[in-house]
Amino acid sequence: MMTRYKLVVIGASAGGLTAFEKLLAPLQTGFSIPIVVVQHISPDSENYMVSFLNDHCNLRVKEADEKEVVLPGTVYVAPPNFHVMIEENLSITLSVEERVNFSRPSIDVLFETAAYSIRKDVIGIVLTGGNRDGAMGLKMIKEAGGLTIAQSPEEAQVDIMPSAAISIAHPDYVLSLNEISELLMRLSN
Amino acid sequence: MKTPSKDEIDSIEFDLLLEAINRSYGFDFKNYSKAHILRRLTYFQNWNGLQSFSQVQDLILHNKSKMKELLGELSIKVTEMFRDPAFYLVLRKRVIPLLKTYPFPKIWIAGCSTGEEVYSMAILLKEEGLLKRTQIFATDFNEKAIEIAKKGIYAIDKIKLYTVNYQKAGGKNSFTDYYHVRDNRVEINPELRQNVQFALHNLVNDNKFETAHLISCRNVLIYFNKELQNRVIDLFSDSLINGGYLVLGMKESLLFSSKAGMYKTIDADRKIFQKRLTGE
Repeated sequence: MMTRYKLVVIGASAGGLTAFEKLLAPLQTGFSIPIVVVQHISPDSENYMVSFLNDHCNLRVKEADEKEVVLPGTVYVAPPNFHVMIEENLSITLSVEERVNFSRPSIDVLFETAAYSIRKDVIGIVLTGGNRDGAMGLKMIKEAGGLTIAQSPEEAQVDIMPSAAISIAHPDYVLSLNEISELLMRLSN
Repeated sequence: MKTPSKDEIDSIEFDLLLEAINRSYGFDFKNYSKAHILRRLTYFQNWNGLQSFSQVQDLILHNKSKMKELLGELSIKVTEMFRDPAFYLVLRKRVIPLLKTYPFPKIWIAGCSTGEEVYSMAILLKEEGLLKRTQIFATDFNEKAIEIAKKGIYAIDKIKLYTVNYQKAGGKNSFTDYYHVRDNRVEINPELRQNVQFALHNLVNDNKFETAHLISCRNVLIYFNKELQNRVIDLFSDSLINGGYLVLGMKESLLFSSKAGMYKTIDADRKIFQKRLTGE
Protein backbone atom coordinates (compact mmCIF):
# COMPACT_ATOMS: atom_id res chain seq x y z
CA MET A 1 0.00 0.00 0.00
CA MET A 2 1.27 3.46 -0.84
CA THR A 3 1.80 5.87 2.00
CA ARG A 4 -0.94 8.41 2.49
CA TYR A 5 1.56 11.04 3.57
CA LYS A 6 2.62 13.64 1.02
CA LEU A 7 5.06 15.72 3.04
CA VAL A 8 7.27 15.74 6.14
CA VAL A 9 8.07 19.11 7.73
CA ILE A 10 10.75 19.37 10.43
CA GLY A 11 11.91 22.32 12.51
CA ALA A 12 14.91 22.82 14.78
CA SER A 13 16.93 25.60 16.35
CA ALA A 14 19.90 25.30 18.75
CA GLY A 15 21.45 21.83 18.35
CA GLY A 16 19.64 21.27 15.07
CA LEU A 17 22.58 20.43 12.86
CA THR A 18 23.54 17.22 14.69
CA ALA A 19 19.90 16.33 15.32
CA PHE A 20 19.10 16.59 11.61
CA GLU A 21 22.13 14.48 10.77
CA LYS A 22 21.12 11.76 13.21
CA LEU A 23 17.49 11.80 12.11
CA LEU A 24 18.05 11.89 8.35
CA ALA A 25 21.16 9.69 7.92
CA PRO A 26 19.27 6.35 8.33
CA LEU A 27 16.70 7.25 5.65
CA GLN A 28 17.40 5.47 2.35
CA THR A 29 17.15 6.96 -1.13
CA GLY A 30 13.84 5.16 -1.69
CA PHE A 31 12.21 7.19 1.09
CA SER A 32 8.96 8.12 -0.57
CA ILE A 33 7.93 11.36 1.16
CA PRO A 34 9.47 14.77 0.38
CA ILE A 35 11.00 16.49 3.43
CA VAL A 36 11.14 20.25 4.05
CA VAL A 37 13.15 21.54 7.00
CA VAL A 38 13.64 24.84 8.79
CA GLN A 39 16.78 25.32 10.86
CA HIS A 40 17.12 28.74 12.51
CA ILE A 41 20.18 30.43 11.01
CA SER A 42 21.61 33.92 10.80
CA PRO A 43 20.41 35.93 7.78
CA ASP A 44 23.92 36.28 6.34
CA SER A 45 24.95 32.65 6.72
CA GLU A 46 25.92 30.59 3.70
CA ASN A 47 23.59 27.74 4.59
CA TYR A 48 26.43 25.39 5.46
CA MET A 49 23.84 22.84 6.61
CA VAL A 50 22.95 21.95 3.01
CA SER A 51 26.43 20.71 2.12
CA PHE A 52 26.96 19.17 5.57
CA LEU A 53 23.76 17.11 5.38
CA ASN A 54 24.41 16.21 1.76
CA ASP A 55 27.72 14.68 2.84
CA HIS A 56 26.11 12.71 5.66
CA CYS A 57 22.77 11.58 4.19
CA ASN A 58 21.65 9.19 1.47
CA LEU A 59 18.85 11.51 0.48
CA ARG A 60 19.58 14.46 -1.79
CA VAL A 61 19.73 17.68 0.25
CA LYS A 62 19.26 21.08 -1.38
CA GLU A 63 18.19 24.62 -0.61
CA ALA A 64 14.49 25.22 -1.27
CA ASP A 65 13.93 27.17 -4.49
CA GLU A 66 11.07 29.53 -5.24
CA LYS A 67 8.10 27.73 -6.94
CA GLU A 68 9.86 24.35 -7.04
CA VAL A 69 7.65 21.30 -6.55
CA VAL A 70 9.04 19.05 -3.83
CA LEU A 71 9.96 15.47 -4.75
CA PRO A 72 10.45 12.20 -2.88
CA GLY A 73 13.99 11.27 -1.91
CA THR A 74 14.88 14.91 -1.36
CA VAL A 75 15.34 17.18 1.66
CA TYR A 76 14.65 20.88 1.09
CA VAL A 77 16.31 23.33 3.48
CA ALA A 78 14.88 26.84 4.02
CA PRO A 79 17.24 29.54 2.70
CA PRO A 80 18.63 32.09 5.20
CA ASN A 81 16.39 35.16 5.63
CA PHE A 82 13.34 33.68 3.86
CA HIS A 83 10.24 31.95 5.16
CA VAL A 84 9.21 28.78 3.32
CA MET A 85 5.52 28.24 2.59
CA ILE A 86 3.89 25.13 1.11
CA GLU A 87 1.19 25.30 -1.56
CA GLU A 88 -1.55 22.74 -2.26
CA ASN A 89 0.31 21.44 -5.32
CA LEU A 90 3.38 20.78 -3.11
CA SER A 91 5.26 23.74 -4.55
CA ILE A 92 7.32 26.14 -2.48
CA THR A 93 6.70 29.85 -2.03
CA LEU A 94 9.47 31.87 -0.39
CA SER A 95 8.58 34.96 1.60
CA VAL A 96 10.39 38.00 2.98
CA GLU A 97 7.59 38.83 5.41
CA GLU A 98 8.38 39.93 8.94
CA ARG A 99 10.09 37.57 11.35
CA VAL A 100 7.88 35.19 13.29
CA ASN A 101 9.10 34.25 16.79
CA PHE A 102 12.12 36.46 15.98
CA SER A 103 13.00 34.06 13.18
CA ARG A 104 13.12 34.08 9.40
CA PRO A 105 12.88 31.31 8.37
CA SER A 106 10.28 30.43 11.00
CA ILE A 107 9.11 26.90 11.76
CA ASP A 108 5.57 28.10 12.48
CA VAL A 109 5.23 29.62 8.99
CA LEU A 110 6.27 26.35 7.35
CA PHE A 111 4.01 24.24 9.61
CA GLU A 112 0.99 26.56 9.35
CA THR A 113 1.03 26.63 5.56
CA ALA A 114 1.66 22.86 5.40
CA ALA A 115 -1.42 22.43 7.61
CA TYR A 116 -3.54 24.68 5.37
CA SER A 117 -2.37 23.11 2.14
CA ILE A 118 -1.70 19.42 2.86
CA ARG A 119 -4.13 19.00 5.77
CA LYS A 120 -4.16 15.43 7.15
CA ASP A 121 -1.45 14.18 4.82
CA VAL A 122 1.44 16.02 6.46
CA ILE A 123 3.83 14.85 9.18
CA GLY A 124 5.18 17.61 11.46
CA ILE A 125 8.24 17.14 13.69
CA VAL A 126 9.71 19.55 16.27
CA LEU A 127 13.32 18.93 17.35
CA THR A 128 15.82 20.56 19.71
CA GLY A 129 15.85 24.35 20.24
CA GLY A 130 15.96 27.21 22.71
CA ASN A 131 12.72 29.01 21.80
CA ARG A 132 9.06 28.21 21.19
CA ASP A 133 8.90 28.40 17.40
CA GLY A 134 7.04 25.45 15.89
CA ALA A 135 4.66 24.80 18.80
CA MET A 136 1.71 26.73 17.32
CA GLY A 137 2.36 25.34 13.87
CA LEU A 138 2.46 21.78 15.18
CA LYS A 139 -0.88 22.41 16.89
CA MET A 140 -2.35 23.51 13.57
CA ILE A 141 -1.05 20.36 11.86
CA LYS A 142 -2.69 18.30 14.60
CA GLU A 143 -5.98 20.17 14.18
CA ALA A 144 -5.84 19.59 10.42
CA GLY A 145 -5.56 15.85 11.08
CA GLY A 146 -1.86 15.47 10.27
CA LEU A 147 0.62 13.37 12.23
CA THR A 148 2.60 15.23 14.91
CA ILE A 149 5.87 14.29 16.60
CA ALA A 150 8.17 15.98 19.11
CA GLN A 151 11.71 14.93 19.95
CA SER A 152 11.89 13.63 23.49
CA PRO A 153 13.03 16.61 25.65
CA GLU A 154 15.33 14.32 27.67
CA GLU A 155 17.29 13.55 24.52
CA ALA A 156 17.16 17.01 22.93
CA GLN A 157 20.32 19.10 23.20
CA VAL A 158 18.10 22.04 24.21
CA ASP A 159 14.71 20.96 25.52
CA ILE A 160 12.74 24.24 25.42
CA MET A 161 11.39 23.87 21.90
CA PRO A 162 10.19 20.24 22.05
CA SER A 163 8.78 20.89 25.54
CA ALA A 164 6.79 23.89 24.26
CA ALA A 165 5.55 21.82 21.33
CA ILE A 166 4.44 19.04 23.69
CA SER A 167 2.54 21.34 26.03
CA ILE A 168 0.86 23.37 23.27
CA ALA A 169 0.25 20.81 20.51
CA HIS A 170 -0.07 17.54 22.49
CA PRO A 171 1.65 15.64 19.64
CA ASP A 172 0.79 12.06 18.69
CA TYR A 173 4.33 10.88 19.50
CA VAL A 174 7.21 11.96 21.73
CA LEU A 175 10.25 10.00 20.53
CA SER A 176 14.03 9.83 20.35
CA LEU A 177 15.70 10.69 17.02
CA ASN A 178 16.31 6.98 16.30
CA GLU A 179 12.67 6.20 16.94
CA ILE A 180 11.53 9.06 14.71
CA SER A 181 13.71 7.73 11.86
CA GLU A 182 12.23 4.24 12.30
CA LEU A 183 8.68 5.58 12.38
CA LEU A 184 9.27 7.65 9.23
CA MET A 185 10.65 4.60 7.40
CA ARG A 186 7.60 2.57 8.43
CA LEU A 187 5.22 5.33 7.31
CA SER A 188 7.06 5.76 4.03
CA ASN A 189 6.06 2.30 2.76
CA MET B 1 -28.22 15.32 1.26
CA LYS B 2 -24.54 14.96 2.06
CA THR B 3 -22.83 16.99 4.78
CA PRO B 4 -19.94 19.14 3.54
CA SER B 5 -16.64 18.33 5.28
CA LYS B 6 -14.72 20.99 7.19
CA ASP B 7 -12.07 21.06 4.45
CA GLU B 8 -14.78 21.62 1.82
CA ILE B 9 -16.36 24.43 3.81
CA ASP B 10 -12.99 26.11 4.35
CA SER B 11 -12.25 25.97 0.65
CA ILE B 12 -15.69 27.36 -0.34
CA GLU B 13 -15.46 30.20 2.17
CA PHE B 14 -11.97 31.08 0.91
CA ASP B 15 -13.08 31.24 -2.73
CA LEU B 16 -16.16 33.30 -1.86
CA LEU B 17 -14.16 35.77 0.20
CA LEU B 18 -11.71 36.40 -2.65
CA GLU B 19 -14.65 36.81 -5.01
CA ALA B 20 -16.26 39.32 -2.65
CA ILE B 21 -13.05 41.36 -2.33
CA ASN B 22 -12.63 41.44 -6.10
CA ARG B 23 -16.23 42.31 -6.95
CA SER B 24 -16.66 44.96 -4.27
CA TYR B 25 -13.24 46.63 -4.21
CA GLY B 26 -11.54 45.50 -7.42
CA PHE B 27 -8.54 43.71 -5.88
CA ASP B 28 -7.99 40.28 -7.38
CA PHE B 29 -5.94 37.93 -5.17
CA LYS B 30 -6.90 34.71 -6.92
CA ASN B 31 -3.52 34.35 -8.62
CA TYR B 32 -1.52 35.10 -5.52
CA SER B 33 0.22 32.37 -3.55
CA LYS B 34 -2.70 30.70 -1.77
CA ALA B 35 -0.57 29.74 1.23
CA HIS B 36 0.39 33.39 1.71
CA ILE B 37 -3.15 34.72 1.36
CA LEU B 38 -4.55 31.99 3.67
CA ARG B 39 -1.99 32.85 6.33
CA ARG B 40 -2.78 36.54 6.13
CA LEU B 41 -6.55 36.12 6.06
CA THR B 42 -6.42 33.76 9.03
CA TYR B 43 -4.33 36.28 10.95
CA PHE B 44 -6.85 39.04 10.12
CA GLN B 45 -9.76 36.79 11.11
CA ASN B 46 -8.24 35.95 14.50
CA TRP B 47 -7.13 39.55 15.15
CA ASN B 48 -10.72 40.68 14.64
CA GLY B 49 -12.10 37.91 16.84
CA LEU B 50 -13.99 36.27 13.97
CA GLN B 51 -14.73 32.56 13.57
CA SER B 52 -14.72 32.05 9.80
CA PHE B 53 -13.96 33.60 6.39
CA SER B 54 -17.72 34.06 5.93
CA GLN B 55 -17.64 36.44 8.88
CA VAL B 56 -14.61 38.21 7.39
CA GLN B 57 -16.56 38.58 4.15
CA ASP B 58 -19.53 40.10 5.97
CA LEU B 59 -17.24 42.55 7.79
CA ILE B 60 -15.31 43.84 4.79
CA LEU B 61 -18.35 44.13 2.50
CA HIS B 62 -20.03 46.53 4.91
CA ASN B 63 -17.00 48.32 6.31
CA LYS B 64 -14.56 50.01 3.95
CA SER B 65 -12.05 50.93 6.62
CA LYS B 66 -11.83 47.26 7.61
CA MET B 67 -11.18 46.43 3.96
CA LYS B 68 -8.32 48.95 3.98
CA GLU B 69 -6.95 47.20 7.05
CA LEU B 70 -7.20 43.84 5.32
CA LEU B 71 -5.47 45.24 2.25
CA GLY B 72 -2.59 46.32 4.47
CA GLU B 73 -2.48 42.80 5.86
CA LEU B 74 -2.35 41.24 2.38
CA SER B 75 0.36 43.51 1.02
CA ILE B 76 4.00 42.94 1.91
CA LYS B 77 5.29 45.88 3.90
CA VAL B 78 8.61 44.37 4.86
CA THR B 79 11.31 46.31 3.08
CA GLU B 80 14.53 48.04 4.01
CA MET B 81 16.91 50.62 2.60
CA PHE B 82 19.69 49.06 0.52
CA ARG B 83 18.29 45.58 1.12
CA ASP B 84 20.79 43.08 -0.37
CA PRO B 85 23.71 45.54 -0.50
CA ALA B 86 25.56 43.37 -3.04
CA PHE B 87 22.72 43.99 -5.47
CA TYR B 88 23.24 47.76 -5.23
CA LEU B 89 26.98 47.31 -5.73
CA VAL B 90 26.39 45.52 -9.01
CA LEU B 91 23.68 47.97 -10.03
CA ARG B 92 26.13 50.82 -9.52
CA LYS B 93 28.88 49.11 -11.49
CA ARG B 94 27.02 47.47 -14.35
CA VAL B 95 23.76 49.37 -14.88
CA ILE B 96 24.24 53.00 -13.85
CA PRO B 97 27.03 53.67 -16.40
CA LEU B 98 24.63 52.71 -19.19
CA LEU B 99 21.76 54.70 -17.74
CA LYS B 100 24.10 57.70 -17.88
CA THR B 101 24.20 57.46 -21.66
CA TYR B 102 20.51 58.44 -21.87
CA PRO B 103 19.66 62.16 -21.59
CA PHE B 104 16.56 61.56 -19.46
CA PRO B 105 16.44 58.07 -17.96
CA LYS B 106 13.18 56.78 -16.53
CA ILE B 107 13.00 54.25 -13.73
CA TRP B 108 9.89 52.37 -12.65
CA ILE B 109 9.93 50.89 -9.16
CA ALA B 110 6.97 48.53 -9.16
CA GLY B 111 5.62 47.41 -5.78
CA CYS B 112 7.51 50.13 -3.92
CA SER B 113 5.59 49.58 -0.67
CA THR B 114 6.59 52.21 1.90
CA GLY B 115 9.34 53.67 -0.27
CA GLU B 116 12.62 52.45 1.22
CA GLU B 117 13.83 51.10 -2.12
CA VAL B 118 12.84 54.32 -3.86
CA TYR B 119 15.02 56.42 -1.57
CA SER B 120 17.87 53.91 -1.84
CA MET B 121 17.71 54.27 -5.62
CA ALA B 122 17.55 58.08 -5.35
CA ILE B 123 20.64 58.14 -3.13
CA LEU B 124 22.51 55.93 -5.58
CA LEU B 125 21.50 58.20 -8.48
CA LYS B 126 22.52 61.31 -6.57
CA GLU B 127 25.97 59.93 -5.87
CA GLU B 128 26.33 59.06 -9.55
CA GLY B 129 25.27 62.58 -10.61
CA LEU B 130 22.14 61.22 -12.25
CA LEU B 131 19.36 62.20 -9.87
CA LYS B 132 18.48 65.56 -11.40
CA ARG B 133 17.83 64.22 -14.88
CA THR B 134 16.19 60.94 -13.92
CA GLN B 135 12.45 60.49 -13.49
CA ILE B 136 11.42 57.80 -10.99
CA PHE B 137 7.93 56.32 -11.03
CA ALA B 138 7.16 54.51 -7.80
CA THR B 139 3.97 52.46 -7.71
CA ASP B 140 2.09 50.18 -5.35
CA PHE B 141 -1.50 48.94 -5.01
CA ASN B 142 -1.66 49.79 -1.33
CA GLU B 143 -2.77 53.39 -0.75
CA LYS B 144 -1.54 53.46 2.83
CA ALA B 145 1.94 52.30 1.84
CA ILE B 146 2.15 54.96 -0.88
CA GLU B 147 1.21 57.66 1.66
CA ILE B 148 4.10 56.59 3.90
CA ALA B 149 6.45 56.45 0.89
CA LYS B 150 5.52 60.03 -0.09
CA LYS B 151 6.33 61.33 3.37
CA GLY B 152 9.62 59.44 3.71
CA ILE B 153 9.45 59.31 7.50
CA TYR B 154 10.64 56.10 9.14
CA ALA B 155 11.18 54.54 12.55
CA ILE B 156 14.59 55.36 13.96
CA ASP B 157 15.39 51.85 15.16
CA LYS B 158 16.14 50.69 11.60
CA ILE B 159 18.74 53.34 10.85
CA LYS B 160 21.66 51.32 12.18
CA LEU B 161 20.89 48.49 9.76
CA TYR B 162 20.33 50.91 6.88
CA THR B 163 23.65 52.62 7.57
CA VAL B 164 25.50 49.30 7.46
CA ASN B 165 23.60 48.33 4.30
CA TYR B 166 24.47 51.67 2.69
CA GLN B 167 28.15 51.24 3.42
CA LYS B 168 28.18 47.65 2.12
CA ALA B 169 26.32 48.86 -0.98
CA GLY B 170 29.27 51.06 -1.92
CA GLY B 171 27.89 54.33 -0.50
CA LYS B 172 30.26 57.21 -1.20
CA ASN B 173 29.31 59.64 1.55
CA SER B 174 28.09 59.51 5.09
CA PHE B 175 24.57 58.07 5.30
CA THR B 176 23.63 60.88 7.69
CA ASP B 177 23.83 63.24 4.69
CA TYR B 178 20.49 61.91 3.52
CA TYR B 179 18.23 62.28 6.53
CA HIS B 180 17.66 64.22 9.71
CA VAL B 181 16.15 63.08 12.95
CA ARG B 182 13.07 64.77 14.34
CA ASP B 183 10.82 63.61 17.19
CA ASN B 184 12.79 60.41 17.33
CA ARG B 185 11.98 59.60 13.71
CA VAL B 186 14.05 59.65 10.56
CA GLU B 187 13.01 62.08 7.84
CA ILE B 188 14.53 61.49 4.42
CA ASN B 189 15.75 64.68 2.73
CA PRO B 190 12.92 65.93 0.47
CA GLU B 191 15.49 66.70 -2.23
CA LEU B 192 15.68 62.95 -2.90
CA ARG B 193 12.05 62.78 -4.04
CA GLN B 194 12.09 65.86 -6.26
CA ASN B 195 11.87 63.70 -9.37
CA VAL B 196 9.84 60.88 -7.89
CA GLN B 197 6.22 60.43 -8.88
CA PHE B 198 4.30 58.14 -6.53
CA ALA B 199 1.18 56.50 -7.95
CA LEU B 200 -1.35 53.76 -7.27
CA HIS B 201 -0.92 50.90 -9.69
CA ASN B 202 -1.90 47.24 -9.40
CA LEU B 203 0.31 44.80 -11.30
CA VAL B 204 -2.55 42.28 -11.27
CA ASN B 205 -4.94 44.17 -13.54
CA ASP B 206 -3.55 47.58 -14.49
CA ASN B 207 -1.82 48.14 -17.78
CA LYS B 208 1.60 49.24 -18.86
CA PHE B 209 2.63 52.21 -16.76
CA GLU B 210 5.45 54.10 -18.47
CA THR B 211 8.21 53.53 -20.93
CA ALA B 212 11.22 52.85 -18.75
CA HIS B 213 14.97 52.36 -19.02
CA LEU B 214 15.08 50.42 -15.76
CA ILE B 215 12.33 48.52 -13.96
CA SER B 216 12.89 47.35 -10.41
CA CYS B 217 10.40 44.90 -8.94
CA ARG B 218 11.94 43.10 -6.00
CA ASN B 219 10.26 40.49 -3.80
CA VAL B 220 6.84 40.99 -5.35
CA LEU B 221 6.70 38.13 -7.85
CA ILE B 222 7.35 35.50 -5.17
CA TYR B 223 3.81 36.11 -3.89
CA PHE B 224 2.27 35.46 -7.33
CA ASN B 225 1.54 32.14 -9.01
CA LYS B 226 3.29 31.29 -12.29
CA GLU B 227 0.42 32.58 -14.41
CA LEU B 228 0.42 35.99 -12.76
CA GLN B 229 4.22 36.13 -12.79
CA ASN B 230 4.02 35.60 -16.52
CA ARG B 231 1.52 38.42 -16.95
CA VAL B 232 3.65 40.84 -14.96
CA ILE B 233 6.83 39.99 -16.88
CA ASP B 234 4.87 40.61 -20.10
CA LEU B 235 3.85 43.99 -18.74
CA PHE B 236 7.46 44.84 -17.90
CA SER B 237 8.67 43.64 -21.29
CA ASP B 238 6.18 45.99 -22.98
CA SER B 239 7.26 48.89 -20.79
CA LEU B 240 11.04 48.51 -21.15
CA ILE B 241 12.93 50.10 -24.01
CA ASN B 242 15.20 47.76 -25.95
CA GLY B 243 18.44 47.56 -23.98
CA GLY B 244 16.57 48.49 -20.79
CA TYR B 245 17.15 46.70 -17.49
CA LEU B 246 14.90 44.56 -15.35
CA VAL B 247 15.91 43.81 -11.77
CA LEU B 248 14.14 41.29 -9.52
CA GLY B 249 14.45 39.99 -5.96
CA MET B 250 17.23 37.56 -4.98
CA LYS B 251 15.01 34.47 -5.23
CA GLU B 252 13.04 35.53 -8.29
CA SER B 253 13.70 34.62 -11.91
CA LEU B 254 12.44 34.77 -15.48
CA LEU B 255 12.21 30.97 -15.43
CA PHE B 256 8.43 30.79 -15.85
CA SER B 257 8.12 33.59 -18.37
CA SER B 258 7.56 33.08 -22.07
CA LYS B 259 9.52 36.31 -22.51
CA ALA B 260 12.71 34.92 -20.92
CA GLY B 261 14.37 34.78 -24.35
CA MET B 262 14.04 38.54 -24.70
CA TYR B 263 16.57 39.06 -21.91
CA LYS B 264 20.29 38.71 -21.37
CA THR B 265 21.48 37.87 -17.86
CA ILE B 266 23.77 40.59 -16.57
CA ASP B 267 24.20 39.13 -13.08
CA ALA B 268 22.56 35.79 -12.28
CA ASP B 269 22.98 36.00 -8.50
CA ARG B 270 21.74 39.58 -8.18
CA LYS B 271 18.92 38.99 -10.70
CA ILE B 272 19.85 41.77 -13.11
CA PHE B 273 18.58 41.27 -16.66
CA GLN B 274 18.80 43.36 -19.83
CA LYS B 275 16.21 43.39 -22.57
CA ARG B 276 17.99 42.57 -25.81
CA LEU B 277 18.36 45.13 -28.56
CA THR B 278 16.44 44.18 -31.70
CA GLY B 279 18.42 41.70 -33.75
CA GLU B 280 20.74 40.90 -30.88
